[in-house]
Amino acid sequence: MADLGPPIGTGPLGKREARLAWGLLLPTITAVALVVVLPLLAIFWISFKPVELGDLRAPEVVLREDIRGDADVLNGEAALRYRLRNSSQDQPITGVTFTDTLPEGLTVTDLDPRCTLSDRALACNFGDWDPGTRETLTIPVTVGQAYLDAKVRPQDSPAVTTGTASNILTNATFTLDNFKRVFSGDEFLEVLWVTLFYTVFGTIGALLVGLFAALLLNKSFKGQGILRGLYLFPYVAPIIAVAFAWLILFDPFSGSANALLVQMGVTPEAINFFGERPLALIMVTVFEIWRYFPLSFLFILARMQSIDTDMYEAADMDGASPFQQFWYLSMPQLLGILSVLFLLRFIWTFNKFDDIFLLTGGNAGTRTLTVNVYEQAFAVSNIGAGAAVAVVIFACLLTFSLFFLKYISREEGL
Amino acid sequence: MGFLRFGYITAPVLGALWMVVLSVTISVAMSFATGDPFRPSLWLSLCWGAAAAIGAAGLMGQKGAHWGVMLALIGVTLTPYGPIERGETGMFAATVAAVSLGAIFVWSVRKILHDTPMGALTRHEFEGAIIRFLTGFGYIFFTAIVLIPFYVMVMTSLKNQGELMQNPLDFSIDLSKGADLFRSYDELFTQFNFGTYMFNSFFISVLTVFITLAFAIPGAYAVARLRFAGQAAFSRSILLIYMVPMIVLALPIYIAFSMTGLRNSFWGIVMIYPVTTIPVALYMLQGYFRGLPAEVEEAGLMDGLSRLAVIWKITLPLSLPALASVSLYVFMIAWNEFLLAFMLLDDPSKFTLTRGIASLNSSEIPRQHLMAGSVVATVPIMALFLGLERFMTKGLTAGSVKG
Repeated sequence: MADLGPPIGTGPLGKREARLAWGLLLPTITAVALVVVLPLLAIFWISFKPVELGDLRAPEVVLREDIRGDADVLNGEAALRYRLRNSSQDQPITGVTFTDTLPEGLTVTDLDPRCTLSDRALACNFGDWDPGTRETLTIPVTVGQAYLDAKVRPQDSPAVTTGTASNILTNATFTLDNFKRVFSGDEFLEVLWVTLFYTVFGTIGALLVGLFAALLLNKSFKGQGILRGLYLFPYVAPIIAVAFAWLILFDPFSGSANALLVQMGVTPEAINFFGERPLALIMVTVFEIWRYFPLSFLFILARMQSIDTDMYEAADMDGASPFQQFWYLSMPQLLGILSVLFLLRFIWTFNKFDDIFLLTGGNAGTRTLTVNVYEQAFAVSNIGAGAAVAVVIFACLLTFSLFFLKYISREEGL
Repeated sequence: MGFLRFGYITAPVLGALWMVVLSVTISVAMSFATGDPFRPSLWLSLCWGAAAAIGAAGLMGQKGAHWGVMLALIGVTLTPYGPIERGETGMFAATVAAVSLGAIFVWSVRKILHDTPMGALTRHEFEGAIIRFLTGFGYIFFTAIVLIPFYVMVMTSLKNQGELMQNPLDFSIDLSKGADLFRSYDELFTQFNFGTYMFNSFFISVLTVFITLAFAIPGAYAVARLRFAGQAAFSRSILLIYMVPMIVLALPIYIAFSMTGLRNSFWGIVMIYPVTTIPVALYMLQGYFRGLPAEVEEAGLMDGLSRLAVIWKITLPLSLPALASVSLYVFMIAWNEFLLAFMLLDDPSKFTLTRGIASLNSSEIPRQHLMAGSVVATVPIMALFLGLERFMTKGLTAGSVKG
């Protein structure tokens, strides 16, 4: 008897649809895996490695060849000279060999014992090299007519070198020094405190300022569009342009802000806004608020404009004052978007690097975790320590994100 | 707070505070415009503001009293006892400051207090006045904080180092210099290769937009429309990728590029930029695709189009506005990108604009060049943005958060 129940599982059509979906997503997944997932794994790997900036170049055999003596006379006595060295001063290279093709018309008179010559193919073997080894190999030759005719010089056929060096990035040396370095001392606590201060106040400040701006523009009047566009300027302009504009505005020697403050009698002498503790930290936080309030402003304004105006009319009829309307009607409606914005902005501010890097370079007590990655990896040239800081950042973010996903799914149903 | 809710207290208090706001604003504006020393006087501003508010708003009942108040304010501002103190300023600038202070104060205070009678106030009247005061303050405050850095940027680029050191406040430009005003721009393009940088930036940004769209459109469509196991998890993890900080990725990318020789190459940058923008673009687009009516696409399917043909012939034409916003946004990200360009490019012939500006930041190069470079980088993106502002604001909000 035939089974008359509803179909169970995925039918062929459904399977085809799923296949198409994965097909469409494949390019994105590949790209993201290559540029996001792979580097993240690499960061974990590197954070356990004693890598310095200079180690990124693997040691290699450097070879230069030339010909000396009477190379342009028939039957002249000349010498082929190969100069080789180990490019690294502290890494050995094993199994160093090179091969080269000699030009036509040169007759080798005496061959170095380490080399063999068959027809015109020269092959030499130097065995293992210590760090910083240099060798000079001279092969005396007699110049024949064919060489003079062909005008091919020995350098024209490049010699091929081989040699294996252990690469610090791929070998099996591991260390915990990077993490020890990062966590040791008061420095880490200070970095953590600066990061928290910057993130918390930057986020809350940008939200409040954005809310204020949205309240201002939540009515239609002539020029509302222009003002809205204007208030987005800080967010749209290139970060490097506005950061330098701020630096010049607040310059201690020739900045307009200082000149203005002195002239108005607020301060007797110029203030070094970006160079003093704790003012520099406050200034970079203010900059963060200034640059990112437009984003909160935009989202809050969009949400405000979607609130039903009937509610306000009803509240008006019932005698609610403007502040009461804001507090009891608008705020509950805005709470969702405010909390989403807070979480998003919190994570993004935590991740911010460019702003502080351009404004203070992490000096004067403004070194956040992200700036510390750069500082360790490139200023101190300890790539491993930089990677260790990056791992710490990633762990923090993972915690935030888990919290975020749990919370957000209830909030706005993203 | 109850004692504040009487017209004869509210009006002078708001008036006094408003006068402080205006005298500071006008002093700053006049200082920036002329370089002359103007400074607001806090106590005199409070006094004059309180006194003038009552007369200006016509609270005493006389018609036309505000004209008298305006003239009186202008007069008193020209004396040493006005709300704005002056050092040695030109007579013309002083008159401009006085007239604008008097006129703006009277006009705005009448607006702020137009519904505020002298006696006891209802909550509505009181809060209305406060809100109008805060609104006025807000407009001035936001316009000032947004415009001042850009004003300084443009004006610094037009002046030379000596002039700036002499009086950092003097942003007045000498129009008689004519084309010479733009000398730093000229030098940027002739000596510092900014033409090439601009072309590089433009080329890289446009390529980034196209590559991003090529990846994001199919992906977004699949996430928004097609049913497959893991769809929900996928659409959520897109946001997660957006949360990974660039500096964490930049380090291994730097290492990988150093070892493969992609560092310092155009194509290296073009390979990396789109990946940073694909998650955003995908997220914005899938939000839009979900909002499109599925029936239209189903009709297409019924009529024998394949899925890909449906995307090409139905979905994409319908989502042109969203594509415009996404393109604009991606273009902006790529144009403004600094960190990767800074780390990966060392060869001056391959610099992007942002990297080029960073190279101008040295003590040997005068500051007006740095600012001129900043202006060169800012103007195109601003022009693009202002022209397409409608798409921009919509795109920024639409995809990201519902509601």
